[in-house]
Amino acid sequence: MAKFTIDEKEIDSGDETMPLLWYIRDVVGKHGTHFGCGQGLCGACSVILNGVSVRSCQLTVDGLDGAKITTINGISESGGNAVQQAWLEEKVPQCGYCQSGQIISATALLEKNPNPSDEDIDAAMSGNICRCGTYPRIKKAIKRAAQGGKK
Amino acid sequence: MNSFKVSRRDFLKITGLTAASSSFILGFDLFAQAKDPKSFSPDIFVEITRENIVKIIAHRSEMGTGIRSSLPAVVADELEADWSKVEIIQGYGDKNLGSQNTDGSRSIRRFFDRMRTAGALTGYMLEMAASKRLGVPQSECIRKNTQVIHQKSGRSIPFGDLIMIAAKLPVPDVKKLKFKDPSKWNLIGKQFKNYDMENIIKGEATFGHDIKIDGMLYAAIARPPVVRGKVKSYNQKEVEAMSGVSGSIVLPPPKGSVSFQALGGVAVLANNTWNAFSAKKALKVEWDNGPNGDFDSDEYQKYLSAEVMKKGEVKRKRGDYYATTKSGESYKQSYEAPFLTHLQMEPVVATAEFKDGMCVVWSPTQNPQAVQDAVAGALGIEPKEVIAQVTLLGGGFGRKGKPDYCVEAALLSKQTGKPVQVVWTREDDVKHSYYHAMGAMHLEASFELDKTLPTGLLMRTAFPGISSTFQEGALIDFPTILGMGFTDMPYHIDNIQCEVGKAPAHVRIGWLRSVANIQNVFALASFVDELAVRSKMDPVMFNEQLIGPDRVESKVPDGSEDPNYGESWKKFPLDTSRLKAVLKNTADKFDWNRKLPKGHGKGICVYRSFLTYIAVAAEVSVDSQGNLTLHRFDIGCDCGLIVDPDRVHAQMEGSVVFGISLALMGEMTVKDGAVVQSNFHDAPVVRINEIAPEVNVHLFSNKNIPSGVGEPGVPPVAPAICNAIYDACGVRVRKLPIRKTSLKG
Repeated sequence: MAKFTIDEKEIDSGDETMPLLWYIRDVVGKHGTHFGCGQGLCGACSVILNGVSVRSCQLTVDGLDGAKITTINGISESGGNAVQQAWLEEKVPQCGYCQSGQIISATALLEKNPNPSDEDIDAAMSGNICRCGTYPRIKKAIKRAAQGGKK
Repeated sequence: MNSFKVSRRDFLKITGLTAASSSFILGFDLFAQAKDPKSFSPDIFVEITRENIVKIIAHRSEMGTGIRSSLPAVVADELEADWSKVEIIQGYGDKNLGSQNTDGSRSIRRFFDRMRTAGALTGYMLEMAASKRLGVPQSECIRKNTQVIHQKSGRSIPFGDLIMIAAKLPVPDVKKLKFKDPSKWNLIGKQFKNYDMENIIKGEATFGHDIKIDGMLYAAIARPPVVRGKVKSYNQKEVEAMSGVSGSIVLPPPKGSVSFQALGGVAVLANNTWNAFSAKKALKVEWDNGPNGDFDSDEYQKYLSAEVMKKGEVKRKRGDYYATTKSGESYKQSYEAPFLTHLQMEPVVATAEFKDGMCVVWSPTQNPQAVQDAVAGALGIEPKEVIAQVTLLGGGFGRKGKPDYCVEAALLSKQTGKPVQVVWTREDDVKHSYYHAMGAMHLEASFELDKTLPTGLLMRTAFPGISSTFQEGALIDFPTILGMGFTDMPYHIDNIQCEVGKAPAHVRIGWLRSVANIQNVFALASFVDELAVRSKMDPVMFNEQLIGPDRVESKVPDGSEDPNYGESWKKFPLDTSRLKAVLKNTADKFDWNRKLPKGHGKGICVYRSFLTYIAVAAEVSVDSQGNLTLHRFDIGCDCGLIVDPDRVHAQMEGSVVFGISLALMGEMTVKDGAVVQSNFHDAPVVRINEIAPEVNVHLFSNKNIPSGVGEPGVPPVAPAICNAIYDACGVRVRKLPIRKTSLKG
């Protein structure tokens, strides 16, 4: 039995033991959190758990009692989060599939460290793969968001 | 206006869809409107409603290039529709739209004129309608912001108010249309809003994995580890008894050429993705590995390397290379490159519903018409009985142009009588791809005594062909693939010979972003750099001299079969002045002659691929322990006219990162017929901390006709890095990936 919240909605997952990723996608029905590798290697499924960016494919729901989970779909009102806005300003996404996870990790980073260095960004973001190669713009967007939207 | 011979009602009936069950059934809207006499659609790509909404079809697939915005923007610009209010409708598979095969870096190249025509034709008829309604000459009417304006009186009429009149007008001859002067373009070449980006950053975009159909089963498939392997037995009862599992189905291996057929195996069907994955994991399958069961890629590399040491089939011949070797000196080197795979972030996935003799497929596909053909072939129905819907693609890179996964979903839906979503795990995606061919390349150059430039150049290449995927047993690839970094070499050398060796395929071979240019340009441009070193010349100057005088080569090179990426040589010639300009301009931006810190080196590569001229300059360093660090890349691009400068910039940036991945770590190996790697831990791609801190993009835009940008940025990256490594530490890398070579000097 686990009771937790996803995007502020209370969830009682009963005796379910599936990974959080599939619970979010197939049971709760939110599809912004993406499946990329199933092994915690790529970051496409990142969600914020109690303030930390985690891989939802590696957490089973039965262990989440009391957890507060935020997905890309609950991170802001209509895309208004500073990181999301910076992502638009820098036109970061290409295919966009990994970007939910990138935005989640960047948001968690900036909440802990409002003014990250290049090294801080590399360390916080190296768990999130982007095959399209948007890394240079991700770096710019994080710096823009850190500076309150200014370049 | 569209070609389906099925009514909307039947359509919904067969799909069991409601508006709420999927948010990406874009084609339906279009179809409904087509039945609406109150809308105006003189061209298949455009429709205007009475509410003054301009709808434009995006018929190519969006996998990150921005094409779903940039082609419709060309229509909107010509039509003078307010871009912020345009609605984009994703086209499903329909040959009336022209080719939808989003591949070959050719969407803008092939459809720029077509989109302008759609806009101009629609606009012309709206102006004619306005002139009739106002009783003024058409020449006094202009279009602006989704209205027609009578300039003299200042009266304006929204497009939507003109459609009833316009719909009754004869469609004019396209030759009569007047096009906007490029100086008046307000979207083309400018910054404009991307249609999908806001949904993406909100997590609201719809990818292939996001399709949900009422009553849908989720399938996971254990495919034969070896191509053409088949199931001998499996623990059916045990797996079918698992929680949420509704059944299992054995799929047969491909017959004849593998093409886009399903690979076969055991499919398990369940009530959600996780239960399907769990059942798949519990499967114990005994396989008959079939004829490819002893294939070993290390052994095969030896075969290919031996193949290029002997004369091959001549594919291009200028002068007589072998005659030039009888005197003077020669320089010879051989190169190797491994199998690669796409590793797009979204593993392939497809959802299908077969009902009443028709099949609807929703998938992230680069080619919905190929989905129609492949699914129809597998189900024994007509392609027009397959409705191929296109979602956003979570990356493609060529993998999603091969709809074997759609065929699987269709077969399973037919057998179960229910909608089925086939979800590939990352392991499936890595182990059952259509691989970029591994290859061996051998190059020779002949020099007259004391000369710095060669009089003869021989290139041999051997790699299993994409041809083998479509023609069982083919040993040599199609001319179009041999035209990539091989028969198309742009050098001004009197004697050139290109020979290809024979290479049988034992895994499925397919195209990966920039295709055979990957291994061929790596070898060719590395070799050219070696020749520059041999001749003690600066590589930029050496490349310039090897390319030779300004000239426009508008004929097939030396009687080869090189099809020039499917375009006529006359329309898209090799223009050596553009090639040299992109080389020189990129070197200038990179500040090529600056003094580098100790341990640093610089490398450059220039090549024309996909009809686009690209140069990449790299700065790297190698420490005393042989550790490589990337410092800087400059990529210069001359792709002719640019529609969306920001997306072209993004493609170039992304190409550098993609090129870094394949150069440093891209390698798939095969043992006992099965792919060894399984996920990102052993099939890595670069991460944010592994790219160079500086990636500079230089777009040398001009008025030449547009060529292509999705792929041509990739090939020069690996050789630029390898050339820089040599400059830094004196170690020449002749095998990809670079990590196979010790850089400890």
